[in-house]
Amino acid sequence: MASVCFYFQVHQPYRLRHYTIFDNGGDYFDEYKNAQVCQKVAGKCYLPANRLLLDLIHQHGGRFKVAFSITGVVLEQFREYAPEVLASFQELAETGCVEFLAETYYHSLSFLFSPREFAEQIDAHKKIVRELFGQTPRVFRNTELVYNNDLAVAIERMGGFDAVLAEGADHILGYRSPNYVYRPPNTRKLKLLLKNYRLSDDIAFRFSNRGWREWPLHAEKFGQWISAVNGNGYTINLFIDYETLGEHQWEDTGIFEFMRYLPAEVLKHPDNDFKTPSEVADAYEAVDAVDVPYFVSWADIERDLSAWLGNPMQHNAIHELYNLERIVKASGDPDILASWRKLQTSDHFYYMCTKWFADGDVHKYFNPYDSPYDSYINFMNILDNLRSRCNVAAPTSREPALVASLT
Amino acid sequence: MKTKVLMLGWEFPPYISGGLGTACYGLTKAMGRIGMDVTFLLPRMNPVRIAGEGSEPTVEYLEHGLPNVRLRMVASSLTPYGKFGNPRSGWRATATAEAELLEESLGGPAPYGPNIQEEVHRYAVRVMKIAESEQFDVIHAHDWMTFPAGIALAATTGKPLVVQVHSTEFDRSGEHVNQYVYDIERHGMHAADKVITVSNYTRNIVVNRYAVTPDKVEVVYNGIDFSGCTETPRQARPAQRDKVVLFLGRITMQKGPEYFLYAAKRVLEKEPNVKFVMAGDGDRLYGTIELAAWLGIGHKVFFTRFLRGEDVDKAYSMADLYVMPSVSEPFGIAPLEALKHNVPVLISKSSGIAEAFHHALKVDFWDISEMANKIVAVLRYPPLREALRTNGRREALWFRWEDSAARVSEIYQRVLNVA
Repeated sequence: MASVCFYFQVHQPYRLRHYTIFDNGGDYFDEYKNAQVCQKVAGKCYLPANRLLLDLIHQHGGRFKVAFSITGVVLEQFREYAPEVLASFQELAETGCVEFLAETYYHSLSFLFSPREFAEQIDAHKKIVRELFGQTPRVFRNTELVYNNDLAVAIERMGGFDAVLAEGADHILGYRSPNYVYRPPNTRKLKLLLKNYRLSDDIAFRFSNRGWREWPLHAEKFGQWISAVNGNGYTINLFIDYETLGEHQWEDTGIFEFMRYLPAEVLKHPDNDFKTPSEVADAYEAVDAVDVPYFVSWADIERDLSAWLGNPMQHNAIHELYNLERIVKASGDPDILASWRKLQTSDHFYYMCTKWFADGDVHKYFNPYDSPYDSYINFMNILDNLRSRCNVAAPTSREPALVASLT
Repeated sequence: MKTKVLMLGWEFPPYISGGLGTACYGLTKAMGRIGMDVTFLLPRMNPVRIAGEGSEPTVEYLEHGLPNVRLRMVASSLTPYGKFGNPRSGWRATATAEAELLEESLGGPAPYGPNIQEEVHRYAVRVMKIAESEQFDVIHAHDWMTFPAGIALAATTGKPLVVQVHSTEFDRSGEHVNQYVYDIERHGMHAADKVITVSNYTRNIVVNRYAVTPDKVEVVYNGIDFSGCTETPRQARPAQRDKVVLFLGRITMQKGPEYFLYAAKRVLEKEPNVKFVMAGDGDRLYGTIELAAWLGIGHKVFFTRFLRGEDVDKAYSMADLYVMPSVSEPFGIAPLEALKHNVPVLISKSSGIAEAFHHALKVDFWDISEMANKIVAVLRYPPLREALRTNGRREALWFRWEDSAARVSEIYQRVLNVA
């Protein structure tokens, strides 16, 4: 039995507007640009890809299934800038063949810096998924598949989750295959689903690479690779950015045609099927514990945190951000809180990444700034303004004491 | 067979006044080091006489210690830049004054004209004379003043001509070009078999404003010599001192000194404890000093005049940030020099270096508040300063003159194969 488990990540950050030290005012986000990107990607990816998946689900009478993790910040933007995209996801939800995963609402790295914020953002995300898609997520994936043992423990303690997703990196698996279900150490029931990065990246990164030995990749060939797993595993976890379809891999690469014929090719083999992550967790027992003492992620060749926390600027920016948690929450100003949370989106730190020369193209492609330095400067200017607004909104902790002593 | 090059260049140490001299020297030295055979003709005002009969008194071989490079002097008062003190057309007046000096040194009334046109012509004549006693395969001329000599030499010898453009009249004078200079530049570029520019930025100017066929123009970036400077520990400085922002370059229209001051004014609105140092001479020096006073920041801006040797090092060691606000900079070796001295850099987008270099802050020279915004950020945030410094320095190490020399060698091979 080989189950194909598709999970697509859907995310767009709130990009910041150009904000200099001479600016003030609380509008930090570039509405024009965010709307523009949202609509562009909707046209190239979200709408045609959703239509395709819907067709496939109908065509295969419910045997084709996928999962999505759609961040809170992109759902907000769909509502604002591309409501037709939201409607098409809702239509997919109604088929019963689509599972929605939980993550931090703001696509943040809050697990590393604030347990409280982490929990609040997961709750907020579950809530919006319930409201929009009528499902309560049972599987958790952390931002950019950032994962370690502690995260699994925290998720189990939080309750309500059957499984967590992570990168099937070689250095955590060793000789083991990502095509089995594992468990994290120190957890009781939680299951660990690991990304098959070779097959996932064949689609996400190598698909249009003409220098690749396997180019051009057709559904038939890929279907054979899938079937070859039979007997050597239960599940092939294909964890992919949804924007791969039509945006990272443009339509003229044939990516939509590939997807259109893939389910039929997979289902050709009687032992194959499609399962969503929670179905995989239900269907298969964990074969072993996978110990992940250090953080792994799905980014870059390093598969670690270095894309977001690889240089002193990134560390400085994110520490300064989370240092504001107390005064932001003390301010009682919902606008300040929302802004602070939108600033937590990991993309802002990704833009500050300086390890360009090795695997730079991916970073450059997603970067609205000319340089990581520009992005750091912009971010710090905004943070500076946010801090001053907090100080105005909520008198510093000393002042109430002073007032008290006077009365 | 080894290619022999006759190089019509500028300035050798210790007398280097700017980027053109630095580039000619760096390139030539590296060409020698990778085994190319270079005869470098250097315009010099006060030629040393050789003892010996019948020898042309204005020609001299110089000791310099570079392998495969022979240095010969050409008696000439041409200099790549005008001297400070002549608000208008620096080089015109300089040429006159120095022509007189040269006459004296030659020990008699030389038929020198008072103006640059005659001097350029005279230089060409001398080069022709010297070249008679030289064996070479390619002629390589650097910037317009040497172009007429290069063209004449190519015409009489039939050897291929490569002209290298380190700056154009549009860089130096904006839209108010000197027609005479423009014509020589254009003539040189059209007569040449290949035109080398120091950036795509300059290549575009050469193609668009001088109507040179694009496939004739090759880009060869400049380099920087890090020898003995690859690991400079930075001395700790008192934390409480004022921050220092450095402008180091000629104070001329091309270098954008006034934009530096306008930005300084805005920086001081946000960060009062900052000093601005302007190191250099040029025809805009007095105007710039006046502007600083007029902006009310005279007490924050320090003019050092032209610095040499250790004083340059000292200026860099004080600086927290180097700013190059050039209006038009064909390449811009200066930021690489700053990084060599461990100073992070903010550079104008209107420069060659901006297209080739990543780890620098970049601004439009006219965008004063953005320039100030970035300066403030560098002064406020140590992680930014450190990242720019260490990454920038590492990247600057990639700009090796040997690579530039190898590119030039390829270009020679191409023109020789055609010829």
